[in-house]
Amino acid sequence: MTHVQHLKPFLRKTPFFEPIDRLMHGNGWIRWMGYYSPAFFDSEQSEYFATRHGASVYDVSPLIKYAIRGKDAARFANYLVTRDLTKVKPMQAAYTAWCDDDGKMIEEGTIFRLGENDFILNAALHQLHWLDESAYGFDVEIEEISDQLAGLSLQGPTSREILQQMGVQGIEKLPHFGIMETTVDGHWLRIDRAGFTGDLGYELWVKPQDGIWLWETLFRIGDPYKIAPMGSQALDWLRIEAGFILVDADYTGSHHALRPTSRVSPFEAGIGWCVGLKKDAYFVGKRALRAEKEKGLSRHILIGIEVEGRKPAPGSFLYADRAGKQEIGITTSAMWSPGLKKNIAFAKVPPSFVKPGTQMWIEIWYPKEHKIERSMVKCWAANRMFYDPPRKKA
Amino acid sequence: MNATYDAIVVGGGHNGLVTAAYLAKGGEKAGKNKLKVLVLERYHKVGGAAMSEEIYPGFTYSTCSYVCSLLRPEIFRFLDLPRHGLQVIPYEINSAPNPEGEGIITYRDHDRTRESLRRHSIKDAEAYDHYAMEISRQCRFIKPLLMVTPPDPTALNPFAQNRINPWGKRADLDGLLKIAAEFGRMGDKQMYEIIRFWTMSIGDFLDEYFEHPRWKGFSAASSIIGTALGPYSPGTAYVLLHHYMGEVDGQIGAWGFARGGMGSVSKAIASAAMEAGAEIRTNAEVDKIIVKNGKAIGVTLKNGEEIYAKTVVSNLDPKRTYLKLVEKSDLDAIDPDIHSYAKNFKIRGSSGKLNIALDGLPQFAGLPKEAAWGTIDIGGDFDYIEHAYDDYKYGSWSKRPFLDCVIPTTVDPTMAPPGKHFMSVFVQYVPYKLAEQPWTPDMKAAFEKDVLDTIEENAPGFRKLILHCQTRTPWDIENEVGLTEGNIFQGELTLDQMLFNRPFPGLGQYRGPFDNFYMCGSGTHPGGGVMGAPGANAAREMLKDFKNGVVKAGAGR
Repeated sequence: MTHVQHLKPFLRKTPFFEPIDRLMHGNGWIRWMGYYSPAFFDSEQSEYFATRHGASVYDVSPLIKYAIRGKDAARFANYLVTRDLTKVKPMQAAYTAWCDDDGKMIEEGTIFRLGENDFILNAALHQLHWLDESAYGFDVEIEEISDQLAGLSLQGPTSREILQQMGVQGIEKLPHFGIMETTVDGHWLRIDRAGFTGDLGYELWVKPQDGIWLWETLFRIGDPYKIAPMGSQALDWLRIEAGFILVDADYTGSHHALRPTSRVSPFEAGIGWCVGLKKDAYFVGKRALRAEKEKGLSRHILIGIEVEGRKPAPGSFLYADRAGKQEIGITTSAMWSPGLKKNIAFAKVPPSFVKPGTQMWIEIWYPKEHKIERSMVKCWAANRMFYDPPRKKA
Repeated sequence: MNATYDAIVVGGGHNGLVTAAYLAKGGEKAGKNKLKVLVLERYHKVGGAAMSEEIYPGFTYSTCSYVCSLLRPEIFRFLDLPRHGLQVIPYEINSAPNPEGEGIITYRDHDRTRESLRRHSIKDAEAYDHYAMEISRQCRFIKPLLMVTPPDPTALNPFAQNRINPWGKRADLDGLLKIAAEFGRMGDKQMYEIIRFWTMSIGDFLDEYFEHPRWKGFSAASSIIGTALGPYSPGTAYVLLHHYMGEVDGQIGAWGFARGGMGSVSKAIASAAMEAGAEIRTNAEVDKIIVKNGKAIGVTLKNGEEIYAKTVVSNLDPKRTYLKLVEKSDLDAIDPDIHSYAKNFKIRGSSGKLNIALDGLPQFAGLPKEAAWGTIDIGGDFDYIEHAYDDYKYGSWSKRPFLDCVIPTTVDPTMAPPGKHFMSVFVQYVPYKLAEQPWTPDMKAAFEKDVLDTIEENAPGFRKLILHCQTRTPWDIENEVGLTEGNIFQGELTLDQMLFNRPFPGLGQYRGPFDNFYMCGSGTHPGGGVMGAPGANAAREMLKDFKNGVVKAGAGR
């Protein structure tokens, strides 16, 4: 015998597995933290454009969700994350980082404030161990509730109309990063206005048993609004255009770093804006982050760059000079943007190179007719948020 | 008394064979300083504790060591062992049966492991990520230390009288700086962690991460195997690391089966050594090392034959080497401390071995069928292991022992007839000496019964499958294999006996107290396991001495 004949399937299926599987023509299943997740359906290009001209649906159920509740929940959540949560009211969400004691980022994501002392932390990595450890001395209960909610991310310019047609009362009034709870056709529904595409969009959460109802309703009503299912490949393009960083792609979470030097601070990850150094209470990593900010200790910053030509430049080295003598950094994520018609990337560069317009050189190796060719072209620092339409917040 | 050989290797275990192969090849820059090497082995075949034998017709047993991971990839590649027939097949499952419920099982696939652990404890499943990362960081620090000679800090003293490094002290300084730099690169927190980790008990370490008692007991397995320590004894966390720092194809912590049993490892190394020109003599037990004017000049065999060589290198454990093969007067003439170092060297045997031929594949309680592919650890929580240790402490075998079982025939078609299986059962804890009486056939039978009862409890129906069972106590292992007290590591792997203190203070760089005398067994840095690193490191030091003129080459030429 070998073992394979005896292994039982173990990858978990979200409540949307069946409808997704029926549409999956290119066998695009990949795994996401132990779940089946679609990478693409038929073509990632059409899925990408659907998000920018109509609406796309992406299964976000595998996101790891931690409920933080109890007498000290507000105090604890504010201690855990870098943002000042006293400014986040109940039924609001906030994008934030959370760090270790050295001010190095464990991860970043959204935290929902559902009530005064009721939070949900959305994460891509498992970290109950860390949360429990950090909660020492706080009267809070932390529970992993990933399986208790099924979620679809509905993103794109027609997403609001689709929800209106579905009968979601007051969706037009929901502000960017607002959360609402409602009932549609007798089904409980939580909606937050956020997403990973940088477009107008919403995340819809239902009880797992209502998943099929949500999926079918969305596609029935959304059809004239050009709704389409989407996989993670198209999502990756969208999030790069929007300037959103991704753990394990653009940075290593501090608990997963083998070397302490491979950890990064939120400043270095280019999300320094969500470090609330001014907040009154102490938060994990505050001391180190303050020192980094005051003394200018950041080693490099993750910025956006625009690159000459059309060759995408993932994992490419950046140089200060054309000869390639002075290496200054490396790209993490990169793509040719079909929407913006620009060659864009995220790059780690020293702080002296971050000013938009600063010119650098980049060495790109690309396959061409069974060979690998090299080109050394210009690139320049740019706002990492390459795509930021007014409708996102309107 | 002309030296016939450049080097005589005493003992043909895997490390001795590695030394022989490296010397015969003339070191890593092959061809430069080829030496004339003779390996002397007491048994009728080489291998020592890395041995395959047909004890029961049709079945090949890995009679001592049973899994392979630590064998350094550098050695694997330099000696081109695959060409000499060595194939290591990684396995990807570890499990622990549970007669009262669901067992524990982990897989190579991290997601599958998490799913599996979640059934016992969500907290532990999530903490596992952190724990695995911490172990990886520790491995990362120790890995560069394995294939180097441990630098001795006393060598920095310009007036030192020690004999560590006769041809220059620069290497020690460089080595220490390298370790310091590596240490510094770990970052503040990890620097503290390393010191904690190297000295603390596995029980304390696991308590920091996990809550589920059986999971903790299961995770502690690697840290007690081969040691005479309990799960809450300080120093056991390091032993865990020693078992994790191996790799198969760059995958840290992976273990595999050598196709054809562990003897294939020795066989391949011996073949590489012979191809390079080394001579191997079996049935040739060394009785004494001949020392003259503070110089090792050869050996006397049991049959009285004397063989002379420029250098002698011992693959035997430090106790056996210094207390049995060397005259006390010879030692005392150099340094009276060495005899007492040897006497006090900790080498307590703590493990036994059952090799069992099976009529079919056993089914373990609370485990899926695929569990049989990897290690099956029969035990329980810390209490179970601690009780097992208690029996040992007071001079008896564990009445309900901790067992590390593998069934290599789940993947290896060469070791048993089709449909039949060979199962290796490593038993922890078994004393070398019983408190009341010596090991007698009766006592051995009682020991065997306790082990088989424990397996039966965890794999109902197991007894009916047994075709043949070979049982080895530490006493047997000492007498049959030659490991003093049956200690599988040739000496306890605790911090007091590691790095430049392994085997003894001042002799940590493979050189013995006499001129032209060396050590190459697991009793030297970095220690036990079928790793080969001590053998390769010793050969490197010897070749340096030849190159620097401390020993003059060209024996018999």
